[in-house]
Amino acid sequence: MVAHLLRLKLTLLRNSVRRSPWQLVGLGIGTLYALGIVVLLAGGLFVLRGQEIELAQTVVVLGGATALLGWAIVPVAVSAADMTLDPARFTTFAVPMPQLLAGLALGGLIGIPGLATSLVALATVGTWSRSLPAASGALVGAVLGVLSCVVLSKVVTTATAGLASSRRFKDISAVAFLIPLVLTGPIVAGIARGIAGSGDFLTSLARTLSWTPAGAAFALGGDLAAGNYAAAAVKFLIALATLAGLALAWKVLLQRALVTPPYAGTAKRRTGGAGLFRLLPATPAAAVAARSLYYWLRDPRYAGALVVVPLLPVLFLFQGSQSGFYGPFQFVGPLTAFLLAWSISSDVSYDSTAFALHVATGVRGADDRLGRALACLSFALPVVLIFSVGPFFFTGDWDKLPAVLGLSLGVLFSGLGLASVISARYTVSVPLPGDSPFKKPPGNVAQTLAVQFGGMAVLMVLVAPEVALVAAQYITGSPVPGWITLVLGPVLGLALFATGVRAGGAWLDRRGPELLAQLAVNR
Amino acid sequence: MTFQPPVPPGPSSPPVPALSLRGLAKRFGDKIAVDGISLDVPAGSFYGVVGPNGAGKTTTLSMATGLLRPDFGTALVHGVDVWQHPLEAKKLMGILPDGVRLFDRLSGEQLVTYAGLLRGMDREMVASRVAELLAALDLGNDAGTLVVDYSAGMTKKIALASALIHAPRLLVLDEPFESVDPISAANIRDILDRYVASGGTVIVSSHVMDLVQRMCDHVAVVAGGRVLAAGTVEEVRAGASLEDRFVQLVGGRNHTEGLEWLRTF
Repeated sequence: MVAHLLRLKLTLLRNSVRRSPWQLVGLGIGTLYALGIVVLLAGGLFVLRGQEIELAQTVVVLGGATALLGWAIVPVAVSAADMTLDPARFTTFAVPMPQLLAGLALGGLIGIPGLATSLVALATVGTWSRSLPAASGALVGAVLGVLSCVVLSKVVTTATAGLASSRRFKDISAVAFLIPLVLTGPIVAGIARGIAGSGDFLTSLARTLSWTPAGAAFALGGDLAAGNYAAAAVKFLIALATLAGLALAWKVLLQRALVTPPYAGTAKRRTGGAGLFRLLPATPAAAVAARSLYYWLRDPRYAGALVVVPLLPVLFLFQGSQSGFYGPFQFVGPLTAFLLAWSISSDVSYDSTAFALHVATGVRGADDRLGRALACLSFALPVVLIFSVGPFFFTGDWDKLPAVLGLSLGVLFSGLGLASVISARYTVSVPLPGDSPFKKPPGNVAQTLAVQFGGMAVLMVLVAPEVALVAAQYITGSPVPGWITLVLGPVLGLALFATGVRAGGAWLDRRGPELLAQLAVNR
Repeated sequence: MTFQPPVPPGPSSPPVPALSLRGLAKRFGDKIAVDGISLDVPAGSFYGVVGPNGAGKTTTLSMATGLLRPDFGTALVHGVDVWQHPLEAKKLMGILPDGVRLFDRLSGEQLVTYAGLLRGMDREMVASRVAELLAALDLGNDAGTLVVDYSAGMTKKIALASALIHAPRLLVLDEPFESVDPISAANIRDILDRYVASGGTVIVSSHVMDLVQRMCDHVAVVAGGRVLAAGTVEEVRAGASLEDRFVQLVGGRNHTEGLEWLRTF
């Protein structure tokens, strides 16, 4: 039965690849990426073989505890738990519980994260190949540790299944997860500074963790290498008890979950009302704008972008305070303008087949384009203005302000114009509506990359005049090019914006059904 | 000078059909989904399109409504060519496509309002019609709920409301009763009956034969991308029940002998 489950998992994996060769390319890219990390970590672990035991033990134990934490948090936080072997699908088959658990746990190892974790864990055997007891202890520890990782992630996903299946939680967790992700740099730097300040804090942390379920398994090799056989025996029991306890918890949770399917929660009933549709003028373009604005707020795939924006100046300010050089911070305005304008380049792809409503109602292409661009502009313009002016309160070289302001406006309007053309013609693969923004989108990765990078290259050409003028001011120090940029940016940008909306609209009028057919491929 | 085919002598020139398909064909890769479908849907009729799964119903209706460009053939709505003059044709049609998403992060009320405003209707008219439609489709209490939180049947109903908002002359409904509860289905049938009685035309696709036999006055049987039979329900079923006639036309019933073990429990 366990073998059946594993074979099922492999078959599912193979069939998903067979659906299109591009899936294989995606899997290949993911594998290469994971392989790179594995080689890096495993190489590090082998290098540790020559280091003193204390250091190697600290690294291995902390690494193991981090892996455990990762397996517990990531699947829930990004609601991307691997559901190919969803236990709920086996309810009607009367699979005996112990075999179901074993099969699902081992099945969890098949896949990129499982294999990568296993390989890195096995590399600890290399670290401790100083004596036979140490190496075999490390092997046992690696097996126990990896299994604990998988079972822990199953416990957490089963326990939170009810929560995680509610749309509201999915929406919020997906967006909230972005915040630590974007701020990784400052957070890591802060932690590193804290650690550096407290000397051998890590060593004592690792020593403590090695006596807890979080680190016991990965401490086996080190203790045996140091000759602490009694400690190793106790930690082996702790690790074994951890795995057994987790398995028991999983079994109990699963038994309960199988007979009480998650209740998706009641939808909050809002008081009716047309909302923005009532506030904005009653024209097709304004209706499209109102709809887009609701999506910016309510769809985590859009809201994710909105959450990142206020973090950008924080990031650059931090970077500036670290290096004492605030150059990049001055350009947070143009960068934000680019990010926000570019975000509507995949607007139609985000609609997915809901775009059929636009085709069916025969809304004019130009209205469609204009509405989407205006929705983005309504918040992007104030944000970009604030971000362009704000940094100068820190840096004080106000003579650069006209150049930066002109560049920001140029990038914003040119970008919106170009994005209006691109999203009218090309679809890119994006997460489907209702999916987590982190979920690997279905479809053609290569076309997505070509469209994205090709589009950005074109945008670079379109804003080249502004960029050249800003560069001229920074090189010569003369304020004249800056003032020219302040005029040229908005004028050229608005011209490109109008052209983009018209050209994109005409394209949409002509090729609406074809665009819909492209979208229907990935629904 | 264009060549006019000679009009056969008849009592009077026939009225313009609500929907007239001529030789529609579509190929996906090496699969021919629709293989030259020609069909006339008389104005004021309640027309059923029935066929087994994969018969090409959805593809045909998508091509007839301007959602999917045909490889060959033409589609005329009240004499307006859908693919030559899409904007005029789409004004005449209300469409409920099957298998497409909705803008489901809008509330029900907002979605129907959006459909009305996209068609360029004025605000007051949209507001009053939305309220009436939601009440008629038993969605009044859920007007403020996001469509993503609707059940499957409610989603169907809100999509139907979006198709009705501009008072079209022709309604093309692809599987409108799927997962709709019996009471709502009866309400929808009442709405459609009144609509047809006042001169509108409805095309529904379905594979529930009883429903089509009871509800429609005309029917076309489609299978394998072709029209096997078309006409009034009486003509097509020729005395038998529509379901028997359908099975007879489409074939494919296997008179299974095996499976004896199924009785050995």
